[in-house]
Amino acid sequence: MQGFDRKAMAARLAQDIPEGWVVNLGIGIPTMVADHVPLEREVILHSENGILGMGPAPPPDKVDPWLVNAGKQPVTLRPGGSFCHHADSFAMIRGGHIDLCVLGAFEVAENGDIANWATSENDTAPAVGGAMDLGAGAKRLWVIMEHTTKDGRPKLVERCGYPLTTPRAVKRVYTNLGVFDVVPERGFVVRDLAPGVTLAQAQAASGATLHTQ
Amino acid sequence: MINKIVHSMAEAMAGIRDGSTVLIGGFGAVGQPDHLIEGLIEQGAKDLVCVANNAGTGRQGLARLMELGRVRKIICSFPRSQGSVVFEELYRAGKIELEIVPQGTLAERMRAAGAGIPAFFTPTAVGTILARGKEHREFHGRTHVLEEALKGDVALIEAWEGDRWGNLTYRASGRNFNPVMAMAADLTIAQVMHIRELGELVPENVHTPGIFVDRVIRVDRGPAWA
Repeated sequence: MQGFDRKAMAARLAQDIPEGWVVNLGIGIPTMVADHVPLEREVILHSENGILGMGPAPPPDKVDPWLVNAGKQPVTLRPGGSFCHHADSFAMIRGGHIDLCVLGAFEVAENGDIANWATSENDTAPAVGGAMDLGAGAKRLWVIMEHTTKDGRPKLVERCGYPLTTPRAVKRVYTNLGVFDVVPERGFVVRDLAPGVTLAQAQAASGATLHTQ
Repeated sequence: MINKIVHSMAEAMAGIRDGSTVLIGGFGAVGQPDHLIEGLIEQGAKDLVCVANNAGTGRQGLARLMELGRVRKIICSFPRSQGSVVFEELYRAGKIELEIVPQGTLAERMRAAGAGIPAFFTPTAVGTILARGKEHREFHGRTHVLEEALKGDVALIEAWEGDRWGNLTYRASGRNFNPVMAMAADLTIAQVMHIRELGELVPENVHTPGIFVDRVIRVDRGPAWA
């Protein structure tokens, strides 16, 4: 089984972002999506710490310590970009102004539930950040993640076992094995399989039924 | 003559009492009022409730304040970050209370406090353990949860420029929580990189009007930040 590596997953997701969308990318694999949106396609990146129109990382000699992304890494501002304070930045999110949010996850359930912030109710120090605001507020939520955990347990499941971030929020999941829509009353529907991956293999790695169109 | 500029850290910190709720600006190191936090450590107030996005890193600044046993409770969205060792030690030992708040709800609770709004409904956190025990209500067919305003006795913030009326500007993503916290506290203290003459700041470009600011102190964060 071949599948996508992380770069290819990010590139596959980037293909589906049309010009003109305002997009918030979470920390981890989601951040890599930015590198795969062609420069001539105008997509506006939003960062929760008050950046609209975020650009790529600067060369080491051009780092501005005042300009970081949600992961606290140095970034740049594109021409046309702007800054705002936290309440305005989250008004963009909570007010339904963000076209797409891309997050990583521990689990996604077939009803669209996402769990991505705590691994148990007694987590020593759960860190929610902006995930619940993004899950509840963005116009659409896509998840990008490995199809299974490091020890092979499925992350596409019937019901989440971990504490929820947002119920019924995920519209689509991109994994190393393919692209899966979350369809109300139906569950996971295969949109696309990665090169060299069969439906049977993807199904065997999933904890919920994968429907075909 | 109105003059909010102070010239010593002792003046800046004067009157902060034990048991205060202290709002601390910044997102990671950016926009974080490091000099004022050091000033608060020196000043000695204890039994504090600290509100900040993160729970400190390393063993200096907010982490040092916690390590000294001066913080009773922390209210934040993202306590677990790289190097948040002090918080994790204290939390595991049961020596500090933690209230986790979604980041947007945290910002909005302080904005509400600053705007005289006692509480508001939001769909954020509905259906999760962070909404347990809170009042729920339906609007337009969607369930919302009631969140209360979060007011500070003191706000410690960082800005780029300030003048003697307390008008402030911020640099790039250094703005983050600072303007919201400035609104939400009874006593707002700003550390700035540059003091400007009254009238020098372009009025249209003032980010925090002076009404929200009580004290301004110039600090030097070093050439990288200048």
